Amino acid sequence: MSGEGRIEVIDAGPLTTVQDRGRRGHAHLGVPRGGALDRGAAALALRLVGGDLDDAVLETTMGGVTVWTASAVTFAVTGARCSVRVGTRRVGHAEPVTAPAGSVIALGPAATGVRSYLALAGGVAVPQVLGSRSTDTLAWVGPPRLAAGQVLPLGRAHRLPQPPEAVVVRPREPVLHLLRGPRADWLEEGRWAALDGASYAVAADSDRIGLRLSGPVIARAPGELPSEGIVLGGVQLPPSGQPLVFLADHPTTGGYPVIAVVGDDDLDLCAQLRPGEVVRLRLR
Amino acid sequence: MNHFAGGAQPGEDVAMRVIPVGPRAALVEVDDAIAAASLADWARGAGTRAVEIVPAAATVLFDGIDPQHVVDAVDSWPARATGPDGPLVRMPVTYDGPDLEAVAAHWGCPVAEVVARHTALEFVSTFTGFAPGFAYLAGLPSAWAVPRLSSPRPRVAAGSVGLADAWCGVYPTASPGGWLLLGTTDAVLWDVDRDPPALLAPGTRVRFEAT
Repeated sequence: MSGEGRIEVIDAGPLTTVQDRGRRGHAHLGVPRGGALDRGAAALALRLVGGDLDDAVLETTMGGVTVWTASAVTFAVTGARCSVRVGTRRVGHAEPVTAPAGSVIALGPAATGVRSYLALAGGVAVPQVLGSRSTDTLAWVGPPRLAAGQVLPLGRAHRLPQPPEAVVVRPREPVLHLLRGPRADWLEEGRWAALDGASYAVAADSDRIGLRLSGPVIARAPGELPSEGIVLGGVQLPPSGQPLVFLADHPTTGGYPVIAVVGDDDLDLCAQLRPGEVVRLRLR
Repeated sequence: MNHFAGGAQPGEDVAMRVIPVGPRAALVEVDDAIAAASLADWARGAGTRAVEIVPAAATVLFDGIDPQHVVDAVDSWPARATGPDGPLVRMPVTYDGPDLEAVAAHWGCPVAEVVARHTALEFVSTFTGFAPGFAYLAGLPSAWAVPRLSSPRPRVAAGSVGLADAWCGVYPTASPGGWLLLGTTDAVLWDVDRDPPALLAPGTRVRFEAT
């Protein structure tokens, strides 16, 4: 399963984790799904290096990551725009690059967006935990977050990198499309329709668990529900009236009403919205 | 309408409502946590093609499945009144918790009677939450419900056995917590290298035994 490749973490940045497509089938035991937050960006990076869609990548958070590679390795960086260097040589974003043995791969801080993805040919081959290599930052199931000095094995590459000619990364409009949620009836009369076009700022404490939004208070009935299961993209409304969009590391059950669900197509955008950025809500 | 009725069986006193949660999930509302655990257990056994089947306090979430398929699936649920009948776990407990006297005061009985009552009951794991492997155990009569601590402890040791409302729970890992603590067990509640990793997966029955 593991090849000869390995990387050593030189600088882990503020938060870098191993992520794949997450855990399935363990939510009833209280295990969050985890997985790359910007799934499209992670899949693109894997395609560029000829990887499998189930291979694991590294996900950075605002601040980049620096690793040393023991052997020559093909890699690609996608997601949040950042400088990419092999040693002192600046290389491209969203294209396959081969780093020679013994070289340093450095991703700089995110210039736009939040999370960059570093895919390496063969994938990051840490052992699976409950069927996935993802680190979940709620319950800390999976490998620990990256730290300087850690050595991560790489799998054996078995496909050639794909040429980058078809890569078009379009800027996304900061709009979240909402479907009516299971507990929309907790909203006060007329509040559902009033969400259409409302603007919210991304709060600074947003993380892999949830995108916290700050703006006009959404009035709702008081109290809590008996705990119920939560879906990815569920929009929870705590008593503060400030909504939260659940992302990959969300708790499996919760007692605040889920008033809306953000469509799948907008979840990658949620992964890249920076604190202070403004998003518009649109009813679907 | 945003919701549609599920299928209560004729002649059975079971109310169900299926509520879509986006295009690929649905919540099924049932009477209580026992019914939820029972439905989830049945649906898993019946091979319902959801990625996740998550029982909770009065619902079961089916995630990764067309909501209409959930309606079709739960239509054939026999709605057993007996509740889940999973494996029985006997859990040894040292009853030396800091809140034994508080529980005795709530129940209006001596401390020894708290232990006697707790070890006489059969509990059932209905759902998890709060932390991996933390099971909400039903079985305490509602008249014995107790409040949580007004200010939670910053650290509750792994293996602590506690009560909150009419629930009993065992902390799988050390964490902050506001449940009233009766004692501790050496049982390993959570182990990712075990299958299943949770000792008290939903449907599991539990009896506590004083050591």
